[in-house]
Amino acid sequence: MTIQTNHDPSRFSYYVTDDFYSELVNDFSDWQTEERTITDPVERDRFRQLVEREARILDNLLFEDWLKLFAPECAYWVPSTPEAGDPRHEIAVMFDDRRRLEDRVFRLRTGYAWSQAPSSRTSRLVANVEVFESQTHEQRMVRSNFVINEFWDSEIRVLAGWTGHRFRRIEGTWKISAKQVNLLNCDQCIRNPSIIL
Amino acid sequence: MTVLERMRGPTQLNNASLYDWDELVHEDRVHRLIYTDPAVFDAEMNHIFGGTWVYLAHESQIPNPNDFVTGKLGLRPLIITRDSEGVIRALFNRCTHRGTTLCRWTKGNTRSFQCPYHGWNFLNTGKLRGVPWPEGYAENLVRDPKYNLAQLPRVESYRGFIFGTLNASAAPIEKHLGPIKKPIDEWLDRNPGGKVTVCEANRFKYKGNWKLAYDNSGDGYHVIYSHQSLLETENRFKDENAAKGMAYYKREPDEQPMYIQYMGNGHHFKDKRPNLEKCAGGLWAIESLHPGMEHVAEKLRSRLGERAESILDLAGSEPVNINVFPNLSLLGNHIQVFQPVSFEETDAIWYGTKIDDVDGTLGADVLNDINALRMRTQEGFPNFGEVDDITNFEQIQRGLRCTEDEWIYMNRGLGIPGRIRTLDDGTIKGPATDELFMREYIREWKRLMKAEPDIAIRREP
Repeated sequence: MTIQTNHDPSRFSYYVTDDFYSELVNDFSDWQTEERTITDPVERDRFRQLVEREARILDNLLFEDWLKLFAPECAYWVPSTPEAGDPRHEIAVMFDDRRRLEDRVFRLRTGYAWSQAPSSRTSRLVANVEVFESQTHEQRMVRSNFVINEFWDSEIRVLAGWTGHRFRRIEGTWKISAKQVNLLNCDQCIRNPSIIL
Repeated sequence: MTVLERMRGPTQLNNASLYDWDELVHEDRVHRLIYTDPAVFDAEMNHIFGGTWVYLAHESQIPNPNDFVTGKLGLRPLIITRDSEGVIRALFNRCTHRGTTLCRWTKGNTRSFQCPYHGWNFLNTGKLRGVPWPEGYAENLVRDPKYNLAQLPRVESYRGFIFGTLNASAAPIEKHLGPIKKPIDEWLDRNPGGKVTVCEANRFKYKGNWKLAYDNSGDGYHVIYSHQSLLETENRFKDENAAKGMAYYKREPDEQPMYIQYMGNGHHFKDKRPNLEKCAGGLWAIESLHPGMEHVAEKLRSRLGERAESILDLAGSEPVNINVFPNLSLLGNHIQVFQPVSFEETDAIWYGTKIDDVDGTLGADVLNDINALRMRTQEGFPNFGEVDDITNFEQIQRGLRCTEDEWIYMNRGLGIPGRIRTLDDGTIKGPATDELFMREYIREWKRLMKAEPDIAIRREP
């Protein structure tokens, strides 16, 4: 029972292993191919709805609800190069496991996160949603483009790019097991990168 | 031999008469104009980012002959390259023909640069190799040194850190660094083989003057307030034995063994190491929680036993701030670079570093695990700490728009008997939250703004 508790990914980080990274890098390499494209409109719509829902939840600053969209063992990854690279060898703009994702939300809720006091208001557009097969029927890769209009400090700015979601079906529910956010300007200096992307 | 050129042109750049700098910089406070006046900024690009040594790049970014990275000296675009002979040069990224930047890539490997505008071609020594249709010129351009690329007259490295200056009469870099070399040495020597390799970065921009970042670089006073969200987050599990991160600032920071030390020439050093027990694993024990920590710690401990603790420390954030005026800060495991953009805009780039296992003490598996972990620990502070600092820097710049309220204070610790000591080597030491480093570096800033630097560029003969 102790062992079970100690491996709670919200509390301890035992699952971020070399194998975990390898699988992540592998899943996010060469995945957007014609052969793997899923054309079934029902399935496409299911995932389109999931990423639209995620955008709405983030626009509404419902971070605790956002965490519930993720699998217990997950990764949130904003690469620092357009090629994304291997997070074992490179600093990322952001790279969170489950616990650090919860840290991120916790920090925003402390009331002392000056970079988000007051909070940015966002309006996220998600489009060009495509769904791709993965190694198993229990996993799907989804590509979408995004435009985040962010109102912060008396002005509106635009953050743009594309997202790769890795969804896994866990006990019948599709959860995000990895989210890779590719900012167009990921390798440039960014002003106040403090919202959740 | 070396051809040096000194600018004859616009005399307004010799702006000793711009202000009476003594009016703007007092012992205990500075005038808002040093942050808000574009003319002061322009003068700084000559007197500071020109007149003194400035960090340009790290040798690990250009390890092989013909490697290059682009960079800046103040606002001047540079190509920092290791030429075919292995000589490190800082070339102006500016075609001598019409002024076009030659290279638009941030890094690469090439023996020559061809201008995308009219095709002038330069070797990476800066020498003009050829131009299209040379018969259209009355002279043979490749024979005249004035068509070779301008480059910094002085480029010198200290243990991998490449510095450059336009000041032809500057003291050698080792002499200029002086006492700050010791903490730099210690920062490097904690790693096997005493080396690091630069990798990708967390890159920030803020709408504020570059000095706001340098003012902050040794500031122990802001930690518990500006970083309260970080401190609360990294200590959110109350059952933890050790307080994480910079929690030691909460306990009477000036009573603790950590200190701030001014090292001369604008450099200063915040040393928090004495707060930690000097034992293997001490640093690891206070490292805040990051992806993969428990897995790697368990793996290394089972494989290496007690030896694992000191190896885990290598992924921990070294508790020092080594600030080399005007634009370099070694903190934790980062190499942070401040890059002025305008009087009210600055880029702050937090380059990550990884360990080189030069002599094979760690072995490939352990090295990979430690470096992967080190990537994650280094993302912590930029994500959860720096964002709040740069927000405060921006808000200082905004506050300073109140023109009638002229002064900013840096008098913490000033005038209290026995609080600050000058040591035998001339360095000045005080409690962790003192602003003595600000007062001393701005005094050096004032000296440089008053001085007439021996500004020159060089071309290959």
